[in-house]
Amino acid sequence: MKILVAVKRVIDYNVQIRVKEDGSGVVTDNVKMSTNPPDDNAIEEAVKIKESGKATEIIAVTVGEEKAQETVRKALAVGADRGIHVKVDGTIEPLAVSKILKKIVEKENPDLVFMGKQAIDDDCNQTGQMLAAHLNWPQATFASKIEVNDKSLQVTREVDEGLETIEVNTPAIVTCDLRLNEPRYASLPNIMKAKKKPIEQINASDLGVDTNPRIEHIKIEEPPKRKAGIKVASVEELVQKLKNEAKVI
Amino acid sequence: MSVLLIAEHNNKEVKPFTLNAITAAAQIDQDLHVLLIGSKADDVAKSLSEVPLVKKVLHIDHEIYENYIAENYTAAILKHADKYSHIICSANTFGKNLMPRVAALLDISQVSDIIKVISPDTFLRPIYAGNAFATVKSNDEKKCVTIRPTSFEAAETTGGSAEIEKIDAADQTENTKFINREEIKSDRPELGTARIVISGGRGLQSGENFKLITDVADKLNAAIGASRAAVDAGYITNEHQVGQTGKVVVPDLYIAVGISGAIQHLAGMKESKVIVAINKDGEAPIFSVADYGLEADLFEALPQFLEELNKLNTIQK
Repeated sequence: MKILVAVKRVIDYNVQIRVKEDGSGVVTDNVKMSTNPPDDNAIEEAVKIKESGKATEIIAVTVGEEKAQETVRKALAVGADRGIHVKVDGTIEPLAVSKILKKIVEKENPDLVFMGKQAIDDDCNQTGQMLAAHLNWPQATFASKIEVNDKSLQVTREVDEGLETIEVNTPAIVTCDLRLNEPRYASLPNIMKAKKKPIEQINASDLGVDTNPRIEHIKIEEPPKRKAGIKVASVEELVQKLKNEAKVI
Repeated sequence: MSVLLIAEHNNKEVKPFTLNAITAAAQIDQDLHVLLIGSKADDVAKSLSEVPLVKKVLHIDHEIYENYIAENYTAAILKHADKYSHIICSANTFGKNLMPRVAALLDISQVSDIIKVISPDTFLRPIYAGNAFATVKSNDEKKCVTIRPTSFEAAETTGGSAEIEKIDAADQTENTKFINREEIKSDRPELGTARIVISGGRGLQSGENFKLITDVADKLNAAIGASRAAVDAGYITNEHQVGQTGKVVVPDLYIAVGISGAIQHLAGMKESKVIVAINKDGEAPIFSVADYGLEADLFEALPQFLEELNKLNTIQK
């Protein structure tokens, strides 16, 4: 079994986002970038499946600018076998990413495609479902547990009401929740070894996919600021404030 | 052209967030049709037809829709999509799972999780965990939009009398099977719609200690939330998680107890009307969004809080 894992490079989850003054976007210069957190879970799950003997190869793929390769390199350092970097500059929407990934799937013929359920930059939560649609494959989204069977997966999904379990035949797409597993850190020897693993570079334009954005970003602004609050000295004061000032209890 | 809203329900009742999505959909275009895909869901069709903002209910009833499978829903929606300018649903786990599959097959770049309708093609949506707001214009001819339910009021549910049109089922997928759903039944208000939410974090130190939270929740008729750290640690189950990848809540009162206030948690609660933070670390980032901060040990503060609440003559429900 072959597993393709899609990873995205995003602003690190610990960075306080700053909006550009001209309203054109957020500041990315000299800002720490990392792999989208649930994409780390996707890689980890693939590596665990391979370690259990149920998968033979893991391919990490990313779509983005030159530096996006770093996320593939990181995936290689924790256990992916080889990488693919589809190079494209500028804004790229989930719809276009899903079309590019479809081309990669057609080329590589994986049995499973894993990725994070949502990227923490645009918060779209679309790419996995869109790829499943293009391929006419089943989708198991928001996975917190995956059981690999012979020709199917049993996936536990985190839904608003609790947990839902579905069975999907392979080939299938799984989008991963942060609770799926605990991503490992790359050891230094593995980081060194990863430098020798191959990353194939493909230009998005060679795949025949239209990557022009369909959505115009008219303005990016700071959200309204909350007015500064106060510290109360005691529980009694807190309850009195809630009752008499805020009038919420 | 009209707008088509996909209803979420359990074959007996409409789920509350569908009513918030109806309000947003009607702001896009008043000729609002609701698509109900279910099994033996006549009661749901009737209640949707009584929502005054709804002009027509399209009802597909077939046993293959007893459980919600995105692949089956998508096939049903695509059969009717061409008559509509917008396809809309709520941005909860139901709509997040479903809408991108529909959008991709219509070759539409979806607009996710909108918090404001500016015009039929322009919307406001949060990005970067709500640390920036983007005004976006969709240039696709047809649009797929998901609605952040807590940003819109719930629609009125009585007084309407929309026509109910029965329509045929679509093909069923062979590749996805529903196995089961573990729903935790509770008499408490739902997290997404509660007027008061009290949430616990890693500071609670154990699942047993969440009793301190539930005691206060019972007194205030509040829903119970949690930080990701508390859910990850196994103190409480996942449906309580508030945050960027959990639920977004906008209650009148949000009480964060033993929660440090990571960016990801703030994304799920910082639009609440009044925020209280109880934390023994005075430097915790949660205090930066709190209207009332109490720097205290929660194990002392929570029992005292309950005691003080018990002294009040009345508590708003």
